[in-house]
Amino acid sequence: MNASWSRFNITSIVLGFAFLYLPIVLLIIFSFNESKLVTVWGGFSTKWYGSLFNNRGLMDAAWVTIRVGLISATVATVLGTLAALTLTRYTRFRGRVLFSGMVFAPLVMPEVITGLSLLLLFVAIGLDRGFLTVILAHITFSMCFVAVVVQSRLMTFDRSLEEAAMDLGAPPVKTFFQITLPVIMPAIVSGWMLAFTLSIDDLVISSFASGPGATTLPMKIYSQVRLGVTPEINAACTLMIAVVAVGVIAASVVNKRREVQRQRDEQAAQRG
Amino acid sequence: MKSLGSIRREFAPWNDPNAKPYIAFENVTKRFGDFTAVNNLSLSVYEREFFALLGASGCGKSTLLRMLAGFEEPTAGRILLDGQDLRGIPPYRRPVNMMFQSYALFPHMTVEQNIAFGLKQDGMAKPAIEQRVKEMLDLVKLTQFSKRKPHQLSGGQRQRVALARSVAKRPKVLLLDEPLGALDKKLREETQFELMDLQQELGLTFVVVTHDQEEAMTMADRIAILDKGEVMQVATPAEIYEAPASRFVAGFVGNVNMFEGTVAAREANTARITGASGAEIVVENAGDAAAGNSVAFAIRPEKIKVSSRRPEGAANAMEGEVYDLAYLGDMTVYHVKLGDGQVVKASALNSARQTDDPLTWNDRAWISFRPDAGVVLTR
Repeated sequence: MNASWSRFNITSIVLGFAFLYLPIVLLIIFSFNESKLVTVWGGFSTKWYGSLFNNRGLMDAAWVTIRVGLISATVATVLGTLAALTLTRYTRFRGRVLFSGMVFAPLVMPEVITGLSLLLLFVAIGLDRGFLTVILAHITFSMCFVAVVVQSRLMTFDRSLEEAAMDLGAPPVKTFFQITLPVIMPAIVSGWMLAFTLSIDDLVISSFASGPGATTLPMKIYSQVRLGVTPEINAACTLMIAVVAVGVIAASVVNKRREVQRQRDEQAAQRG
Repeated sequence: MKSLGSIRREFAPWNDPNAKPYIAFENVTKRFGDFTAVNNLSLSVYEREFFALLGASGCGKSTLLRMLAGFEEPTAGRILLDGQDLRGIPPYRRPVNMMFQSYALFPHMTVEQNIAFGLKQDGMAKPAIEQRVKEMLDLVKLTQFSKRKPHQLSGGQRQRVALARSVAKRPKVLLLDEPLGALDKKLREETQFELMDLQQELGLTFVVVTHDQEEAMTMADRIAILDKGEVMQVATPAEIYEAPASRFVAGFVGNVNMFEGTVAAREANTARITGASGAEIVVENAGDAAAGNSVAFAIRPEKIKVSSRRPEGAANAMEGEVYDLAYLGDMTVYHVKLGDGQVVKASALNSARQTDDPLTWNDRAWISFRPDAGVVLTR
């Protein structure tokens, strides 16, 4: 298998990764820059991380982002799961196609349009823009992602599990909480994580839906960058990358372990 | 202690006019849209009976089981269990339990928790549940696997967990949907006998759905043969095999040779049947076939004798040619082509290691059978 490490392959891999990660690597490097000038290297320093934690504005924004993320992801997960259940279970109700189309439309809807329409709605019903409206907006667009994830799990769900539970004496509601929910829980959790990630990332829709006192971290960073990039912002971004990376890596390690364990168990079972 | 055989010989409540059926399907019809899965069907199952519903896929056997479990309601007719009409009673309030074809073990629960699930729903006290779970684990010999999850078990072990879970509540009736379908052949044969022992031990009524006739013949007290949502025949395995009620049943269960013809003469119990090619068959147990009826004479391969010369004094004998033969060790199956082109299967037990007069391909051969060896079918 000499061919697998030919010059061509190495070049493509290097170029590919460079294309993906060079900007991020630069950002991380410059977050440790001593100099106040972002593009001129002035020696290694961690002082921007210190000053970051003393920056009231950024820290407030981060706190808002986390609260919005937790609340909106949780509500979106409940609603998205219910939508997925309806769409997979009650396949014959009137207007099902319309309903499923409407649930999934936000997936492809330009964010500017979603944001603008939400803004119009909030103005029309006289809802003051602030923390609540940001949460409502985030629920609106992240719910459909949860629905997609949970629905794909429900498609492969063995309905005879529920029938078995009912056959053994569990009424429908008990069956749902004791059998259905635990079995689809991994999909619900990954739906929640997706919704949370989307929420802390979002800039466009937040900008439309937000008001005084509800500035999210991406909004804050964006507004500061317009006045010029500071190493402080680089440091904030590096921390965000670190949090996301740790989360993604941890999730995949746990998944991988579980998969390996499962295969080992199954082989052991086959041997008797 | 009585052997299983003698108990089963004595057990025949369906012949007792005073016996009350335990489960009764009364003119049950089930439609799914335009498709009629079960058509005006009536059936009785008696207490402690091992009853098999046998048929090809799509014959409605699974629908019958699901109606009994409560997952489907009949479109028309009613189902009685111990005299009680089951209409409107949801699955979780019916005193029947089902063992699913896919086993449907709860993947997030251990073997123990799976078995205890039904007992917990009944609000049984904790020590009693533990006691019952222990009994069940002993019964299916899975005590050492109690803490495992379903994916840590082999196919045969999963099947036994499913069985233990479905009998843990001591249901009045146990429904089994293709209980052995997912097991390999050797395991299936062992498990058949285990199931029969278990049924005797617990004294339950079993209703099993299967498409495997050997399975049904081995296990069941009575078999219902279903086709297109209708009952073709309900009888003991021996009756189904030796006295099928119709061409369909005769052809469905085991191997059979059919001679189509017309009843030329009928006196007392004896009939003469003339085939299309003019060959005549004498039958002693002619049933309800009257002169002039067009009938089929059905005879099993093992009841036909093959010889190289015309047997003396045989009531029925026909000449042909050995067209094909299959040596299976314990027996040999001859395919004999008669004058009119019909190929007749005859099997001979190889009771000796060698024969003086072995028949081989293209030899002239005679087939013969006694007048009571087959049955006359009018349907």
